[in-house]
Amino acid sequence: MELLIFAGLALVAGVSGLLVVVQRHAVYSALFLILTMGALAGIYILLDAHFVWVIQVIVYAGAIMVLFLFVIMLLDIRSEQAPWAAPDRGRILVAVLLSVVLLLELGIAVARRFVLAPAGGPAVARNFGTTQTVGRLLFTDFLFPFEITSIILLVAMIGAMVLAKKRLT
Amino acid sequence: MRVPLEAYLILSAYLFALGVVGVATRRNALIIFMSIELMLNAVNLSFLAFARFLNSMDGQIFVFFVMVVAAAEVAVGLAIIITIYRNKETVDVAELNLLKW
Repeated sequence: MELLIFAGLALVAGVSGLLVVVQRHAVYSALFLILTMGALAGIYILLDAHFVWVIQVIVYAGAIMVLFLFVIMLLDIRSEQAPWAAPDRGRILVAVLLSVVLLLELGIAVARRFVLAPAGGPAVARNFGTTQTVGRLLFTDFLFPFEITSIILLVAMIGAMVLAKKRLT
Repeated sequence: MRVPLEAYLILSAYLFALGVVGVATRRNALIIFMSIELMLNAVNLSFLAFARFLNSMDGQIFVFFVMVVAAAEVAVGLAIIITIYRNKETVDVAELNLLKW
């Protein structure tokens, strides 16, 4: 049953991920990326990552992708010419070949079999991956990195505002 | 039937390779950006799979930090793309050759 759910979600994520890359217009790419992230969020539940599932849906599929769609519509970009058009064809062929090599390499690395747990993983505590567990870790063991993230977000916020300003005075 | 670790890792590798294809082949800066997001998601999946199979929460905390950095990166990156569009009226990376010698 679990395998069946995983297969379904992986299929959705894989196909929509492919469509993100080959879509001609950026809006469709963004919509398929939302679908990919949604399917990945489902897989996160299978991995007992409840808190990460919530922020995947809210922050990634929600906030970040809305920002993307907002910018795409703001810019009113003409749809690209067929990306596989003649002048680009050689470059694309090389890029795809290199990516296939990368995928094979990663596949070989995976196929060497990790000596971890059997399928499904070890039994974990009932509170594995819950908001409470993550929150406790963030405010104890990972307090310093957690505080740094607030600075990163502040810097990003200021940077984005300065960059998008009409003119600097 | 339970899902083996390899299944998660292969899906992750596939999504990462797709992201690489997107970055290397597309000319629209926004789609290149989305491909980077795809790669970040693939890495997050690996983190979570290993966290689950090693019975350790550290992977999930890392995913949290990856998401924070991704959010910051998207905000700044999209601001840069808007600025470029305002100056050059295009987001086609083939036409952005100001830094090319």
